[in-house]
Amino acid sequence: MQSQTDVVVVGGGVTGTAIARELSRYQLDVVLVEKSPDVCTGTSKANTALIHAGFNADPDKQKGRLNVRGNELYHERIQHELDVPIEWRGAMVVATDESERPKLEELLAKGQDNGVDGLEILEREQLLEKEPHLTDDAVAALWAPTAGIVNPFELTVGFANNAVENGASVELEAEVTDITKTDEGFTVETAKGEIDADIVINAAGLYADEVSKMVGVDDFEITPRRGEYYLYDKQFDIDIDTTIFPVPTEVTKGIVVTPTDEENLLIGPNAQEIDDKRDKATTRQGLDKVLEGAQKTVPDLTKQDVIKEFAGLRPAIKETGDFRIQIEEEVPGFINAAGIQSPGLASAPATAELVVDLVEEVRGDLEEDPAFDPNYSGPPKVRHMSHEERAALIEEDPRYGQIICRCETVTEGEIRDAINQPVPAQTVNAIKRRVRPGAGRCQGGFCGPRVIEILSEELDIPMTEVKLEEEGSELLTDEIKQPLLEKSREGSEVNADD
Amino acid sequence: MTESRQAVTGDLDAMRREEHDLVVVGGGPAGLGAAQAAYDEGVDDIVILERDFELGGILQQCVHPGFGLEYFEEELTGPEYAQQFIENVAERGVDIRLDTMVLEVTHDRTVYAVNDEDGVTEIDAEKVILAMGCRERTRDALDIPGSRPAGIFTAGTAQRLINMEGKLPGEKAVILGSGDVGLIMARHMHLEGAEVEAVLEIMPYTGGITRNVVQCLEDFDIPLRTQQTITEIHGNDRVEGVTVQEVDEDFEPIPGTEYEIECDTILLSVGLIPENELSVDAGVDLHQVTGGPIVDETRETNVEDIYACGNVLHVHDVVDWVTEESMIAGRSAARSLQDRVETREEPIEIESTGKLRYVVPDRISTVDPDREEIPLYMRVHAPMEDVFVTLSSGGEQLARTFERRAEPGEMVTLNVDSDTLAELPEPRLELDVVQREEA
Repeated sequence: MQSQTDVVVVGGGVTGTAIARELSRYQLDVVLVEKSPDVCTGTSKANTALIHAGFNADPDKQKGRLNVRGNELYHERIQHELDVPIEWRGAMVVATDESERPKLEELLAKGQDNGVDGLEILEREQLLEKEPHLTDDAVAALWAPTAGIVNPFELTVGFANNAVENGASVELEAEVTDITKTDEGFTVETAKGEIDADIVINAAGLYADEVSKMVGVDDFEITPRRGEYYLYDKQFDIDIDTTIFPVPTEVTKGIVVTPTDEENLLIGPNAQEIDDKRDKATTRQGLDKVLEGAQKTVPDLTKQDVIKEFAGLRPAIKETGDFRIQIEEEVPGFINAAGIQSPGLASAPATAELVVDLVEEVRGDLEEDPAFDPNYSGPPKVRHMSHEERAALIEEDPRYGQIICRCETVTEGEIRDAINQPVPAQTVNAIKRRVRPGAGRCQGGFCGPRVIEILSEELDIPMTEVKLEEEGSELLTDEIKQPLLEKSREGSEVNADD
Repeated sequence: MTESRQAVTGDLDAMRREEHDLVVVGGGPAGLGAAQAAYDEGVDDIVILERDFELGGILQQCVHPGFGLEYFEEELTGPEYAQQFIENVAERGVDIRLDTMVLEVTHDRTVYAVNDEDGVTEIDAEKVILAMGCRERTRDALDIPGSRPAGIFTAGTAQRLINMEGKLPGEKAVILGSGDVGLIMARHMHLEGAEVEAVLEIMPYTGGITRNVVQCLEDFDIPLRTQQTITEIHGNDRVEGVTVQEVDEDFEPIPGTEYEIECDTILLSVGLIPENELSVDAGVDLHQVTGGPIVDETRETNVEDIYACGNVLHVHDVVDWVTEESMIAGRSAARSLQDRVETREEPIEIESTGKLRYVVPDRISTVDPDREEIPLYMRVHAPMEDVFVTLSSGGEQLARTFERRAEPGEMVTLNVDSDTLAELPEPRLELDVVQREEA
């Protein structure tokens, strides 16, 4: 790892990678440090994957302003620049009782204040036409056509890869252990060594409070708020085309029912404050609540055809309920991008834009890098191609003719591409995030061993060192017979002592 | 129709196009048996499309003995059993394409297959036999809450890792589900030096065959705990343990019965699901209980000229029955291709009482003078002792078979002979299970 840079970004979630990419637009030396073996392993990997329209957010808060701007940037730029699935399906907030109608009017007014385009109230018949599986109790809904769905894994990886293509560095397995303020700037100590920087940007998600404390800014705390989800098979009888919310309460936006970019149906999340920042376990009560909540708007849903249950943690600053994106005055040069809970994903491009403004405030005017290329494309998606397109591709490169994951039709070529990206996939989950083997109904039962084999080959490590995700998540423990050999050796040692 | 493998390539159209009499999707025991039988019945333009790098399917990773007792009347390992059929189809000159994945089968039998050598091939087939086998149910399909660490495998994946890759998935395992794969893997993990803490089964009885309970668990003192299940998985990066609970008759966990088992690995043997994604896209109707296509006695589905056999049709307990069934499918497809099958004016519907979980086939729709009898495959709902499985029509008993002990894990077969079918009181067959004393 290099020892000196202009800017260090701490954290490789969607916020950190969006910031690194936006900074790579300028003549700046940028290093992003991430504690995990991949980007997108925290909050960014387990959420509802929505680009909210912005009608829900309080315009007086940072998150309100950034949500609407972020949505604009996805429409105007990101969807054209990054080869990432984004679909503008629209969202509806469904009132299931006349008594909820005033709430819709309230949201409509708030959304219009925020500058959200196209909002309107739809009546029951129009709703059922759009979503035939909607509950019979539906009376009306707020319709937001600018809301979208996005693949958060490909988005985060896309930001990171594009940043690296434009000269930034991404250092994985480089957990920040301490930050020291120096005369010139900061010395950031990481698991991979020290690096001096003029500016440090803290986008450490759940751990942003701990990183901030390292420079003495300790007036906020991150509370993990756990949300649980069910994901359904794509061959599933209940077709849902748009994102469906119930009418929100003071506490929560409610359980969402939404398609994903790969045509799986996703329901969730509930919201539960917990203490342990690593505790992504689902619970019986939580999952039951998720299903119950989803049935409020789509009563036909059951547990049938669920292919995955998971939980994500949102990093909330409870006191303000808002993002904290600011230069910390007592430590000039230290910029926090903390408390990025929902709508953090929707806001990411706007957050990055704001952080660049803050960097300019610290350093003076930034000079654009004429070589900056905002366009990025990932590996080809063989599963989305026509038979003719596939045939043509395989003629050029036969690796795309070898299917590894049957459920999702993922080829060997795509898997090897993922491992050889600017930000390389080095774990089984990292590959799954980029190109989807194991994301289907068999959850890696068939392709798991093959993916481990390919990783072992490409990374030149034994299969027993291949990890699922984090350090300590190695999938295979031994060569066969190894425990027996060890036991027999122990046995003979015991005998020798006798 | 002998036209084959004429590649049409070019810049605009890189797709290869072929025509064949019979395309078999899957080269496991079912596909192999079907191809062999079809050839022996006189069809020689047969292609087997197999997604793995070798033929034999799941048998290749089943290195334990116990195969072939019915069909070969000797005890073979899985690869030995498979090898017999691999040699048989090779001798017959069947066109075998390995590392080839079928992407789509249309209702009018156009098959799209992909591999790295030929790219995408579009095959126009006269007959298609679906023999894709099954996959294992996952932790997610069971809805077990908890964390998502490394160390959770289906039993079949663990078997592949050990037998094909030479790697051990863990050192201290709990096995959930007592299906045959789970029982075999309990023994196998033990023999590889891992500790197997327990096999947990939510039902009051095992899901596997009795022979495996004795030879895999009892012989090695591995405890089988029935009416218990995992209600939570622990560990952030690697499995650290599980919470186990007893369940009531409705399979609901009983509060207060929780206990923990420390382990680094969970193997799941909680059911097999026929892999019918291709079938559904082709318009094939599936049976609610088996998860496989609804077929007649020739194993033809509701889509004309598309057949199914083996575990894609219904999950079998021993491979010998897969072979028997796939030979029915292969032979029938061949005879139909040669116009040697006569369709009944009115099919004979086969129905069963609540004591049977399912019966295959669903109906008898052809007349075939060369066929002496038709085997009916079925499974009981719950274990029963000293029972007759009876076959009747219009209140008249036609056949019966005695079962000393009928288990859900062991398939029951009852043969109905063609003469009987010729003179039925009504076009309906009814299957029932009755206690011996009642009979």
